[in-house]
Amino acid sequence: MSPALPGPTMARPATPGPDTAGFSRLLPPAGHPDDLAAHLGRHGPVPYRGGAGRLIADVRAAGLTGRGGAAFPAYRKLEAVAAAGQGRAVVVGNAAEGEPASHKDEALLRLAPHLVLDGLQLAAEAAGAARAVLYVRRDVHAATRLDRHLTQRLARGLDRIAVGVVPAPPRFLAGEESALASRVGGGAALPQFTPPRVFERGVDGRPTLVQNVETLAHLALIARYGPDWFRAAGTPEEPGTMLCTLRQADGSVTVAEAAIGTPLASLLDLGPGTAVLVGGYHGAWIPAPHASGLRLTNTVLRPLGAFLGAGVLAALPADRCGLAETARVARYLALESAGQCGPCLNGLPRIAAALADLAGLGGRRPDPRVLADLSRWAGLVEGRGACHHPDGTVRFIRSALRVFAAEVRQHQLGRCSARSSVPFLPTPSGPSTDADWS
Amino acid sequence: MAATLRVNPIACSGHGLCAELLPELITLDEWGYPVIADQPVPARLGKQARRAVTDCPALALRLATAR
Repeated sequence: MSPALPGPTMARPATPGPDTAGFSRLLPPAGHPDDLAAHLGRHGPVPYRGGAGRLIADVRAAGLTGRGGAAFPAYRKLEAVAAAGQGRAVVVGNAAEGEPASHKDEALLRLAPHLVLDGLQLAAEAAGAARAVLYVRRDVHAATRLDRHLTQRLARGLDRIAVGVVPAPPRFLAGEESALASRVGGGAALPQFTPPRVFERGVDGRPTLVQNVETLAHLALIARYGPDWFRAAGTPEEPGTMLCTLRQADGSVTVAEAAIGTPLASLLDLGPGTAVLVGGYHGAWIPAPHASGLRLTNTVLRPLGAFLGAGVLAALPADRCGLAETARVARYLALESAGQCGPCLNGLPRIAAALADLAGLGGRRPDPRVLADLSRWAGLVEGRGACHHPDGTVRFIRSALRVFAAEVRQHQLGRCSARSSVPFLPTPSGPSTDADWS
Repeated sequence: MAATLRVNPIACSGHGLCAELLPELITLDEWGYPVIADQPVPARLGKQARRAVTDCPALALRLATAR
């Protein structure tokens, strides 16, 4: 099912072409989807290296990191799977995109599908994989388009390994690596206890390389144009470009490609905003005046308790209540808990309910001890899940209590400074049944 | 050879037996799930720790040798 949102539109890049350090490496310059002919015209055939492992040195030299959120060095996973795989490894391109505020993977697959599919072939070759899978958020139209692209590629002899498409359930945690491995192996998309890690024992017990589809698209460009070209954009510590989903205070949503290190103020219109959400629902709020002086890098954001994540940036409109936004997202995150681990199962609903009371959404007056309760529950869920869902949720909520501290005091006195109660951040109402994890 | 206790939070269903057997290192949170002290198991508690691992009804407790 397709989201009932207006489709993300493309920010027009200023300087097109792969030879520039501009903003249109991944996305076609004109904003129209690249079909196979246009893709081959722009980038040429898949630059296979003729053996496992050969591309890894270039990926390492380029400094490519995972664009799904964790920013883990791509070469290290490739090396680990190539070493453990013995030719039986599985490679999965991850486009689960469970984050409701993110549209960049969907946009990339729609506009530059062949760059992703090239990257999947090249990663499969580098890892010596026996199986390649594309794990894509469940969407009939996207699946039909992908089937058509894959058929064309097979007919043209572009793909050396057949690619299977596995639908991902529209759940926040569907793209978590161990949940992905479980789902692709035929089970439910539920996070698993680790170790073993997915790169050691993932899909069907085989060493499994999971890379976000944007990471694969960058890899396909590095294989063609080289590490130096890749490093011509970005910062020395964090090279390259990244796709961002930009949610402006006026409600518009765009997907844009930006060099890492770009000033946040050139991506978001921060004029009337009160705060910026960086890194999505496992990310952190930053006050707008502070954010306007920051750059799009983890080096800058990490000391502030934030991180780039999968590139979600949202400027909260000045007429909304950051506490109410946080409470609605907290409720969504609590409902998206897989419910497997006691602390997450018990803690997130309590945290969400207390925040709803504090925000004035719960129909109850907040308990006088609400801040002490929130602080204690946050400490009790952090680090105690099989996956990082409780940790990310706590990071998001703590940042809200910090950044909206003045609003918290207003609410404790029964007041709210917002002039509009229309929800800003998307919080899907969730699946019809608790069992919808496949 | 220092060993650390680790709980598999998916397997754990909060029986609480571990906290009875090894109160020096394991307490229960307000929902009945174990909170494990962030430290290696001291030699004097090794026997109790192994007992807590083997007696866990959910087989959710592990004793891992630290590297």
